[in-house]
Amino acid sequence: MTDIIIKNLPILVVLCPLMMSLFVVLIPNTFISWVVTLFTTLITFIFSLLLYQEVYQYSSISYALGNWIPPLGIEYVIDKVSIIPIIIITLISFLTTFFASKIMPAEINNSSISKVYSLWLLAIAGLIGLVTTGDAFNLFVFLEISSLASVALVAMGAQKDKQALVAAYNYLILGAVGATFYVIGVGLLYGITGTLNLADLSSRITEINDNKALVAGFGFMIVGIMVKAAVFPLHIWLPRAYAYAPSAVSVLLAATATKASLYILARILFSVFDISDTLITLTLTYVILPLSIIAMFAGTIMAIYEKDIKRLLAHSSIAQIGYITLAFAIGTKASVAAGFIHMFNHALIKGALFMAITSMSFYLNKRITINTLSGLGRAMPITFSCFVICSLSLAGVPLTAGFISKLYIIKASISAEGVWIALLILASSALSVIYLWKMIEAMWFHEGPKDLVIKENPTVYIALLMITFLNIYFGLDASIVVNSSFEAADQLLGVQK
Amino acid sequence: MISSALGVWNYWVVFLLMMIGLFLVIGRQNFLKKIVGLTIFQTSVFLLYITFGKIKGGTPPILNNINETIYSNPLPHVLILTAIVVGVATTALGLSLVLRINSEYGSIEEEDISAQDLVDYHDQIETSKTVSIKFKK
Amino acid sequence: MISLETYIFITILPPLFVCLITPLLSKNENLRDALGPVGGIISSYGAIEIFTAVLEGKNISIKLLQISDGIFISFDVTPLGAIFGLVASVLWIFAAIYSVGYMRGNQEKNQTRFYTYYAIAVHAALCIAYSGDLLTLFIFYEVLTFSTYPLVTHKQNELALKAGRLYMSILVGSSVIFLLPAIIWVWILTGSLEMSKHGVLDGYLNYEHAPYLLAMFAFGIGKAALIPIHKWLPAAMVAPTPVSALLHAVAVVKAGVFTMLLVLTNIFGIDFLSKTGASIWLIWLASFTLLITSIIAVYKDDIKARLAYSTISQLSYITLGGALASATATQGAILHIVTHAAGKITLFFVAGAIYVGAKISKISELNGHGKSMSLMLLAFFIASLSIIGVPPMAGSWSKFFLMLGAAESGYLFVLIVFSISTILNAYYLMEIPARAFFLKKEKEIKVKIPVLITIPTLCTCLLTIILFFAFEPFQNLTSIMVK
Repeated sequence: MTDIIIKNLPILVVLCPLMMSLFVVLIPNTFISWVVTLFTTLITFIFSLLLYQEVYQYSSISYALGNWIPPLGIEYVIDKVSIIPIIIITLISFLTTFFASKIMPAEINNSSISKVYSLWLLAIAGLIGLVTTGDAFNLFVFLEISSLASVALVAMGAQKDKQALVAAYNYLILGAVGATFYVIGVGLLYGITGTLNLADLSSRITEINDNKALVAGFGFMIVGIMVKAAVFPLHIWLPRAYAYAPSAVSVLLAATATKASLYILARILFSVFDISDTLITLTLTYVILPLSIIAMFAGTIMAIYEKDIKRLLAHSSIAQIGYITLAFAIGTKASVAAGFIHMFNHALIKGALFMAITSMSFYLNKRITINTLSGLGRAMPITFSCFVICSLSLAGVPLTAGFISKLYIIKASISAEGVWIALLILASSALSVIYLWKMIEAMWFHEGPKDLVIKENPTVYIALLMITFLNIYFGLDASIVVNSSFEAADQLLGVQK
Repeated sequence: MISSALGVWNYWVVFLLMMIGLFLVIGRQNFLKKIVGLTIFQTSVFLLYITFGKIKGGTPPILNNINETIYSNPLPHVLILTAIVVGVATTALGLSLVLRINSEYGSIEEEDISAQDLVDYHDQIETSKTVSIKFKK
Repeated sequence: MISLETYIFITILPPLFVCLITPLLSKNENLRDALGPVGGIISSYGAIEIFTAVLEGKNISIKLLQISDGIFISFDVTPLGAIFGLVASVLWIFAAIYSVGYMRGNQEKNQTRFYTYYAIAVHAALCIAYSGDLLTLFIFYEVLTFSTYPLVTHKQNELALKAGRLYMSILVGSSVIFLLPAIIWVWILTGSLEMSKHGVLDGYLNYEHAPYLLAMFAFGIGKAALIPIHKWLPAAMVAPTPVSALLHAVAVVKAGVFTMLLVLTNIFGIDFLSKTGASIWLIWLASFTLLITSIIAVYKDDIKARLAYSTISQLSYITLGGALASATATQGAILHIVTHAAGKITLFFVAGAIYVGAKISKISELNGHGKSMSLMLLAFFIASLSIIGVPPMAGSWSKFFLMLGAAESGYLFVLIVFSISTILNAYYLMEIPARAFFLKKEKEIKVKIPVLITIPTLCTCLLTIILFFAFEPFQNLTSIMVK
C-alpha cells in the first residue's frame, strides 16, 4: 500500500486536491466542507513532505502519466527545484485553510461556502500541477485551471464589495491574454522542435542556433509567464485582485499564486533554455534586471502612498516579486538560490501579514484602512504582535526569515560584482520600512474608538501564530531552506557554474 | 519575395486575427467587446496550431497499410481541442462576470465603472476616518 | 568549577529572563521592580568573572547556534568586549534601581512594558559585547535598535512619535544601507564572518578600497553618532531619563563606538590602518564632530539635550582614538568607554533627579535651586570633572592616553581639538551647578527626590572616583587588546 502511494506521489499531490474539489462541492454543511478541505490540504502537505524525502534520495523523479513513455506522453517531473514551490504551496494552503474556518463564513453566504472550498482546492491543484508537470502544454492547462479558479474565488468577494467583480474581470482578461501568449510561444517552439516535453525541448533547442522563430517563441512564453507572475509592468491585475478577494482567498493567493509562476519563469530561463546562451543573458540583463529594479521601487513607493491596507500589502508584493526576479536576473548560482530562498520566505511573510490584517477586519467587521488601524495595537495584542514580527521579517530584520533572504540576495549580488544592485536593494528595503512603520505607528500611537473591546478568537489566531512562529524559526535555523535552495540552483543551472 | 510572403498566407491570417483580437482587448472600453476580442485572439492561436499540423498532401492520420503515406500531424489538433475547452471556460466565466458587473454597476463601460470604483475607494478611506486620529495626552 | 563559557550565559541571560518574567509579574509591582537589580547583580558577577579570565589571557568562545552554512550566532570575548560587558552589566544594576525610583516618582504609565523592553535592550548590549563574529554583532545591533524604540516612544505623544521616526529611520537606515553590505563585503573578501585580533583584511582588501569600506562601516554604525548621522541621539531624549541614562549614555551609544573600535582593531587591524592610511579621513571627521557638537551643546538650554550633544562629542573622542591607529590612542579610546560611561550616567541620573524632584528640565530654570538639591548637584559636579578630565577622576586617565596617542602618531591638530573641546566641556557642564549655586532664586519650588534615585546616583558618582584608583586592570586589559 505505502509502496503504491510512494510510487504515485507525483500524481497524488495533484490529484488529491483536484478530486476532492469535485467532492467538496456536494457537501451541504459548511463546517464539514471545511473539515474535508482541511484534511485534503493536510494530506497534500504530507504527500509533498514525502516527495521532498524521495527527491533527496533519487535527485529527480519522473512519472509517466498513464504509462505513456516521455517524451511522447505527458511526464510529471519532480526534482530539487520544483519541490520548493510544491512545499510552499501545500504548506501555505494547509495553514490558510486552517485559518479560514471562521473567516470564510463571515464573508461568504452559507449556501456558497462549499463551492468556494471546491474552487479553493481547484486553485491549489492547478498551482501544484503547474509546478509538477514536465509538459509545456499541460502546463498551460494547469495555468488556466489555477487562474480560472482564482478568478472565480476573487469574484466571490463581491458579496462584500462589488469592486471584486471588476478586479476579477481584469484578472481574467489579463490572465487569459498572458496564457494565450504562453501558448503561442509553446506553439512556435513546437513548430521548430516537434516536442512538448520540457526536458526534451531543452536538449533540442541547444541543437538549433540562430532561429528567429525560436526567439519569438521564447519571447511569447516569457511575457505570458511574466503576466502570471505579476512582474512589473505586467502586475496591474494583482493589487485589486488581492485587495477585493474574500479575505482568506487574499491570504492564499498572496502567498502562493505568483510563486508557481515565478518558478516556471526560472525553469524556462535556466532549464529549458541555457543560461550561457546570449539570448538568455540579454533577456536577463536588459529586460528582467531593469524591470525588477523598477518593480522594487515602484511597488514600495505605491505602498507608501496607499491607504487601503490590503492594497498596500499587494503593492508590497510587487516589490518583493521584484527582489525574486532580480535575484534570477543576476544569474549566478548563488543568486538563483537566493531567489528561491526569498520565494519561500516571502510566502511565509506575506501570508502572515495578510492573515493578520484579515483577522483585524474580521474582528472589526469592516474594511481595514490606515484610519481603522488606530488603536488596534492595544485592542488585539496577539494579532498586533504577530503583525509586528512579520513586518520586521518583511523589512529584513535579523532573527527573522526575511533577514536570511536579504542576506543571501545581497551577498549574491555583491559577489557578482553588482555592488550598485546591492545598494539599490537595500535602499528599497529601507524604504519599505516606511510603509510598515506607518501601519505600526497607527496601531500603536493613535487612539482608537472608545468602545473598542475585542476578544481575540483562538480559532483565528492559532494559524497566525503558527505562521509567525515559522517566520522566526526560519530566521534562526535556515539551513534547510538555504541548502535546498542551493541544491535547486545547482540542478537548475547545471554543474558548470 | 512577395510570392514567398504570400505563400504563407495562412500565417498572415493568424497574424491579422491576433492583432485584431489584441487590439480589441486593449483598446475597447466595453467589457463585453473585450471578451469578443479575447475570443478572436484565442481563435487565432488555434489556427496557428492547426496550420503547423497540416502537411501538404497529408492524409488524416489513420493507419491505411499503404507505404509512404504522408500523415498530417494529429497532435496540434488534439492540443487545440483542449485549448478550445479552456477558451470556452474563460469566455463563460468572463461573460458571467460581465453580467454581474452590469447588475451591480448598471454599466459595462470601463470609464463609468472606474469612476464609481474611485468614489467607493475614497468613501472607504473617508468613512473609516470617523474614528478620529487623536494622540494620547 | 563552572566552565568559562558558562559565564557568558550567566552574563547575557539574566536580562533575557527579566524580560520574559516581567510581563508575568505586572500585578505584583515590588517583585517586578526587584527583578532588574537582581538580574544586574547576577550579570555583573558573570561579567567580572569573564573580565578576570580574559585578564589572565584565557580565551572564551562558543558557537551557539548555526543559522545556516557558515552563519553562526557565536560569542567570543575580546578584551574590549569584556570591558564593555562589565560596564554595561554593572551600570545596569544602578540604572535598574534608579529607574524604579524614577518611574514611581514620576508616576509613568505602562511600567511593565518599560521594564520588559529595558531588559531586552540590556540583553542586546551584552550580546554585542561578547559577540564572536560580525553577523552576531549585526543581529544584536539591530535587536538593540528595535528594542529601544518602545522606550524612546514611551510617552506615546506626538513628540515621541516624531522622535521615534527619526530614531528608527537613522539607525535602521544607516545600518541596513551601509553596515550590512559592509559586513557582507568583508564576508565575501575573507570567506568568513570571523574577526581576529590583528584584523582579517590584510592581504584580501585592495588598499585603494580600504577607505571606502571603512566609510561604509563608519556611516553604517549610526550608533556611534558621527556628524551627519548624529541627529537620532538628541531626538531620543524624549524617552524617560533612565533610558537616556543607561541606553543613550551607556548601552546604545557605547555599543556603537564598541562596534566601531572592534571594526577598526579586529577587522581592519591597527597595523593595516596605519599602513594604508585608510582612517585619516575619519580622524578629520571625528575631530569635526567633536568640536561642532561641543559648540552646539553650549547653546542648549535643555539639560538632557545638552548632555546628549556632550555625549556625541565624547563618542567622537573614542572614534578618533580608534582612527588614530596607534596602540596608545586605541587604549585611550577603550578606556574612555569606561570612564565616560560612569561619568555620563551620573550626569543623566542627576538630570532625571532634578526633573522628578523639582520638575525642572531647563538650565535657565535652575537658577538658585542649588541648596535644595545640593547632594545631587555635587554628584553632577564631580561627574563633570571626570568628563572634563580633571584628576582624581577617572576621566583624566582616558584623556591622558588619548592625547598621548595623538601626539605619538603625530597628529598635533588633534591635540588642539582636544584642548578646545575640554574648555567647552568645562563651560557647558559647569554652568549647571554654577547657576544652581550662585545665581538668585526666582521662585520657590518644593523639591522631593526619592531615595531610590539618590542612592544609585551617588554610587555611580563614587564609581568615577574609584575608577581613578582602580585603574590598573582596565589598563592591563587594553594593553592585551592592542598588543
